[in-house]
Amino acid sequence: MRTLVINGVGREVDVEDDTPLLWILRDDLQMTGTKFGCGAGLCGACTVHVDGQAVRSCQTLVGDLAGTEKIETIEGVAGKAAEAVKTAWAEIEVAQCGYCQSGQIMSAAALLAATPKPTDEDITAAMDGNVCRCATYQRIRTAVHRAAEIMEG
Amino acid sequence: MLHYLDKPLEAARGVAASRRGFLKILGGAGAGLIVGAMLPPGSLVGAAKAANGADAVFNPFVEIAPDGVVTVVIKHLDKGQGIATGLATLVAEELDAAIEQVKTRFAPADNARYANLMFGMQGTGGSTSIANSWEQYRTAGAVARAMLIEAAAKAWGVPAAEVTVAAGKLSHASGKSGGFGEFADAAAGLTAPEKPALKSPDQWVYIGKRFPRVDVPNKSSGAPDTYAMDIHQENMLVVVLARPPKWGATVKSVNDAAARAVKGVVDVKSGPFGVAVFADKTWPAMKARDLLEVEWDFAKAETRGTAELEAEYKALLEQPGAIARDDGGIDEALAGAAKVISSSYAFPYLAHAPMEPLDTTILVEDGKATIWTGSQMPTVDQGTAAAILGLKPEQVDVVTRWAGGSFGRRAILDAHYVAEAALVAKAWGKPQPLKVVWTREDDIKGGYYRPMYLHQVKAGIDANGTVVGWKHAIVGQSIFAGTAMESYVVKDGVDDSSVEGVRDTTYGVSKMRVDLHSPKVGVPVLWWRSVGHTHTAYVMETMIDALAREAGKDPVAYRLELIKDDPRKVAVLKLAAEKAGWSDKPAEGRYRGVAVHKSFGTYVAEVAEISMDGGSVKVEKVTCAVDCGIAVNPDNIKAQMEGGIGFGLGAVLRNGITLTEGAVDQANFDTYEPIRISDMPEVEVHILPSAEAPSGVGEPGVPPIGPAVANAIFQATGKHPLKLPFSNGDFV
Repeated sequence: MRTLVINGVGREVDVEDDTPLLWILRDDLQMTGTKFGCGAGLCGACTVHVDGQAVRSCQTLVGDLAGTEKIETIEGVAGKAAEAVKTAWAEIEVAQCGYCQSGQIMSAAALLAATPKPTDEDITAAMDGNVCRCATYQRIRTAVHRAAEIMEG
Repeated sequence: MLHYLDKPLEAARGVAASRRGFLKILGGAGAGLIVGAMLPPGSLVGAAKAANGADAVFNPFVEIAPDGVVTVVIKHLDKGQGIATGLATLVAEELDAAIEQVKTRFAPADNARYANLMFGMQGTGGSTSIANSWEQYRTAGAVARAMLIEAAAKAWGVPAAEVTVAAGKLSHASGKSGGFGEFADAAAGLTAPEKPALKSPDQWVYIGKRFPRVDVPNKSSGAPDTYAMDIHQENMLVVVLARPPKWGATVKSVNDAAARAVKGVVDVKSGPFGVAVFADKTWPAMKARDLLEVEWDFAKAETRGTAELEAEYKALLEQPGAIARDDGGIDEALAGAAKVISSSYAFPYLAHAPMEPLDTTILVEDGKATIWTGSQMPTVDQGTAAAILGLKPEQVDVVTRWAGGSFGRRAILDAHYVAEAALVAKAWGKPQPLKVVWTREDDIKGGYYRPMYLHQVKAGIDANGTVVGWKHAIVGQSIFAGTAMESYVVKDGVDDSSVEGVRDTTYGVSKMRVDLHSPKVGVPVLWWRSVGHTHTAYVMETMIDALAREAGKDPVAYRLELIKDDPRKVAVLKLAAEKAGWSDKPAEGRYRGVAVHKSFGTYVAEVAEISMDGGSVKVEKVTCAVDCGIAVNPDNIKAQMEGGIGFGLGAVLRNGITLTEGAVDQANFDTYEPIRISDMPEVEVHILPSAEAPSGVGEPGVPPIGPAVANAIFQATGKHPLKLPFSNGDFV
């Protein structure tokens, strides 16, 4: 058994060292907001925060975690940036199929936490690893700018 | 009381209707086909109760709970195109419901109650969802509204004509008022009105205005149980399969020792599906699948590669094919032309690659089965699974979840991924939920692609630029060949889905001949967002652009001359050109191209503005004009145009599936890389006002973007990309 701190709660899981965090979230903890898209770190659908950094949970093996890291997922991500992003995402109606949007939101929240007033170039750089097959990119960009406005108050 | 419903429904029932419906859809006849506004038989009017035992059922589409919540039953799959919101809008409009009280749920598999009125069976596709539901769902709302009014009038002892409804509230001048929930039970027991009056457009409060997407809150918060991939059942096993690496191959032998040694693996079984790993969770199943050592029998496999197929297709281009159109005298017309140009095009196989990899959960127990998936043809899935499992269709429940994208991938006439899950369940033989999960590699290599096509065109113009002859040959697999629909859709050897957009062009072409070859290849193919228009619009629009140059005319002006008898096309082209500032020169280093195309009854023109750095194309801005009839939800129409443009652009920029000795060369998003935010242009969408019945918007944004960009490249380099995708660089 090992313990992970997820959304502020200690969770015990019994898995092999090579298990990606993605599958612990989805299968062991039934936190299915974090999505499986490619399994290879190419699409960003599985993005979560580990100590505030956006990481691909499909490439984060549990054996490489100390267990003390602060892991945040779409279900529990909090703070000014995350709240603003969620509000903006709903307001702009970004989602189409929506399957990638958990990952998009997590990447955007990490961006805004570090860079509260991102330029278009900042947004492109931070979001380019997140694929959206519905190509909602224009609204993603608009929503990140809108979230920055919301954060300013 | 429902006798008025019987007659129109005949047209929507049975094979004859589905034949007509499919043909007309493929012919692009669009919204004119709606067979009638009707509520199907079995409409459970009469104080019926919903499955939850609390909601009053007004008809198959509207249920109202005691707390006033209106549930709109969605007969179509929502895979991101927004149809759940669209159908909720239609009901809410006529019901005069408040936005906040409207919820949706997906319908069960049921052709009788939930047929697509253009197909004659339940199904989502061909951008028909709003078009076929336009009368039906508004009528469903209007019927429920009239019944609520009557119930309130009775309760209050006032004439029904004096009861008003607005934003979910029934009111009378006496001061009496109440919510829908108060009257729902009594109302649902009343006789449904035969012909409820529908609102006139000036009375609309939601249609053409704003209705928020019903799925946005859940999709913006990672809500549980949204997609089929999120299904979790007690005691469930996850199944990952090793499928044949070439189509037609079968399992010869398996060494599964390493796979079985993976902790969590429960069993490994071979069958018609390949080799299935059963595990307690997804990760061990995936890990073990990759440890299988399978020896395949390739005796009956497709072993041709892309190069061989191209060579065979090229040879076919030179031979007469099935005649898709022949106006007669084509060779004489070309011989007499002032100028003739010819071009040969190559289009690759394309994968749909929806974000949610395919998955199906199935439970077979006690002479029944439950299937959880997100499918565009649930009754086909139901019937197929029933046949495999030895059950009757009504013993198979299909539970539809929101689909994480599709682009056509989930509309499958052979129901292959549900069939596979049923075969796996049959092999398992125990009453245990099984979740069959495809990896991204399984998806990219899994076939059911947009077919590979070659085109060859010779077009001649006279001294004025008038098109006097157009000789066109197309080679590519038939999507319908070998399916249950073949005999209905393939006529005289011509699959309409291979030639739509060419033979029915409204460009004034005086003599046209179109030859089609539909070779048999072992690669399964499927419709891919906008189907034949994905390649035909590209060829037509780039050829017209080349002819404009030969004629010494501006590309927009030239098109307007040729499409003068197609006023809706003229209007979208003019609007897109005007909004894009077509008459002004683009900035230094910028180039513009235009394309206009009608598909699925909807007209779309797009102007692309690009910059180029060597062979690398950056699309800076796309200005789009769309005429889809009445705009039910303008913001969603914009979203579909934005997304369609991005989806189409990603494919033409760099996507292609190639084969080497029958095996797919691509595997994941590195070798089949979708469009990313850094590739996405600014998109500006303008909707033409219209009083025509609405047509679809899911697909029609796609066809013009490839040729619009190609025509901008033509402005920049003097060459059109002819071998797709653009990453081949044949225009540099």
